[in-house]
Amino acid sequence: MRTDINKISEQSPHEELTEGLKIFAGGTSKLFNTGEWRTNTPVFDKEKCKQCLLCAPVCPDGAIPVKDSRREDFDYDHCKGCGICVKACPFSAITMVEGQQPHAL
Amino acid sequence: MQGNGIEIRWHGRGGQGAKTAALLLADVCFKTGAYVQGFPEYGPERMGAPITAFNRISKDEIRVHSNIYTPDLVVVVDESLLTSVDVTSGLKEEGAIIVNTPKSADEIRPLLKGYTGRVYTVDARKISVEALGKYFPNSPMLAAAVAVSKVMERDEFISEMQASYEHKFAKKPEVIEGNMKALNMTFDALTEGAGL
Amino acid sequence: MAKKDRMSGNEAVAYAIKQINPDVMPAFPITPSTEIPQMVSTYIANGEIDTEFIPVESEHSSMSATIGAEAAGARSLTATSSCGLALMWEELLLAASNRMPVVLALVNRTLSGPININCDHSDAMGARDTGWIQIYAESNQEAYDNFIQAYPIAEDPRVHLPVMICQDGFITSHAVMNIELLEDKEVKDFVGTYRPEEYLLNPGNPMAVGPYSVSNYAMEARRNQELALEASKDVIIEVAKKYKELSGRGFELFEEYRTEDADYIMLIMGSAAGTAKQAVDDLRAQGKKVGVLKLRVFRPFPAEEIAKALKNCKAAAIMDRTESYNGHGGPLASEVQAGLYREKIMIETICYTYGLAGRDFTVDHVYEIFGELEDCAENGTKYEQHRYIGLR
Repeated sequence: MRTDINKISEQSPHEELTEGLKIFAGGTSKLFNTGEWRTNTPVFDKEKCKQCLLCAPVCPDGAIPVKDSRREDFDYDHCKGCGICVKACPFSAITMVEGQQPHAL
Repeated sequence: MQGNGIEIRWHGRGGQGAKTAALLLADVCFKTGAYVQGFPEYGPERMGAPITAFNRISKDEIRVHSNIYTPDLVVVVDESLLTSVDVTSGLKEEGAIIVNTPKSADEIRPLLKGYTGRVYTVDARKISVEALGKYFPNSPMLAAAVAVSKVMERDEFISEMQASYEHKFAKKPEVIEGNMKALNMTFDALTEGAGL
Repeated sequence: MAKKDRMSGNEAVAYAIKQINPDVMPAFPITPSTEIPQMVSTYIANGEIDTEFIPVESEHSSMSATIGAEAAGARSLTATSSCGLALMWEELLLAASNRMPVVLALVNRTLSGPININCDHSDAMGARDTGWIQIYAESNQEAYDNFIQAYPIAEDPRVHLPVMICQDGFITSHAVMNIELLEDKEVKDFVGTYRPEEYLLNPGNPMAVGPYSVSNYAMEARRNQELALEASKDVIIEVAKKYKELSGRGFELFEEYRTEDADYIMLIMGSAAGTAKQAVDDLRAQGKKVGVLKLRVFRPFPAEEIAKALKNCKAAAIMDRTESYNGHGGPLASEVQAGLYREKIMIETICYTYGLAGRDFTVDHVYEIFGELEDCAENGTKYEQHRYIGLR
């Protein structure tokens, strides 16, 4: 039986957990809003960005969506605010701001 | 041995084939419909180190899994063991011992710590070299064990071994005849010399 | 049609593997189990089976690869002994917690030290709390029979746990004895084709195996694993019954040999049970009411069933082929006594340690032990609760 990850929580009794805690589904991490953990937030400056795409592959959480060879704005549902992308950007197109929200927006 | 069977203990040196002889004996007895057990005792496992192997052959199912302490028959594949290993330990007086040596039984008996049962000697080297051109004590000692223990008749043994060698040496048929000759020579020598 | 043959215990297990033709066998050699992967490799080289053999660099890797192959959807197994099992430790627990129905052919050998290659149960007993099912054999025949039953137990959806098929190193693994073999087709039909419900190499049905589990989940997972092990008892019994219909052989959780009216019972596992049965026959011929309870399944532990089987005897000897260093006996001693207490069965018991590191265990030892049980029950002689037999 495939797993509906939405029906399992930290309150589930043992009978409702999967065998061996295996997850019979794919891409379930999308449902886990790790952006909620963020204390500092990267902000993306479209004007400075040259679309070199050095930032996207270094993001540990896949929170920099790329479409048609161009990066889009951050996926703030999953960005944990680690700041690795800031270090990777040669054009200072990403800056960190304090707090969970990108105030610049 | 409890029940309807005999127990055999083999003494040899690593590399001489005492274990193989015990397994061959189990094999050939199996073919006559007996219950069999053939197993080695593993010590330091070095070429030349004394090793022991065992057989239980019975008409009844064998369940005991221990070594053999009161054998009906002892087979000594290497004469030099007589001075270093207590080969007659626990050997039944109504049993027998077979020693691979060019010496006579009378010459060997003084080395057997007062054993008063039957003593047989087989010159496996002479038989092997004459029959096979090389020294493999296995076949003569196996034949001697069968001849003395009488676990099966000579004819039955010979025909089973012929089939077994034909299978085992399918790719080297030239050695079959020599091995068969060694078996027969051993039977003849024992029958003549020891008065079975 | 059963085929009569003669084989060593290792040959018997390798032959069972050939008849099952599993998908993947990673293995690393160690005495006395080396012959099993060696013989399976030969079957593969001769084209008799199409099992994928993976030579690996250690037992840590062989068990890892076995788990990986199983998770991918392949029926997998490995073989080992002693320190090889010890090196698998971490993975043994993972095989069980990931609920992988893998099979391990364990040829029991003592764990060092002092370093020694011969038989005792310290390797398997050390792994007794890893979540594996453990089944022990008295003979090459039972090693063969148990191995054929392993996958039907492990792969049952009520179980999904790994199974360790144990036999005594050298004593049965290297002893040639008579054996009855099933036809290949009978074995294949009995074991069936492996059709896992979920597996990694299944396009369109992605899954994750072994995700990190925070404390809010891990304890529940362990409980589920424990419940599956408990549930495996019924499955083991069902499979044993089915196997008996096919072969005419075998026992469920344990064998009761001449215990029905026995005043004294020896509880023992592995090859020594055969020696004990012979001694029981000898003592019965002298009018002694003695019997043997040969434990086949150690995990799941049939505590209640054992306690009930012992309830009518005056005294029982509990035989451990390993030392627990707890001051009062081995694992069987502790678990059998706990079972007796829980059932409020207060018979006399003496716990014996025997056969460590290849020390021989003979019919004379069995006579001696039954003599002590009788002396204890009849004359009220006090014996230490934990004794060594065959010790100088």
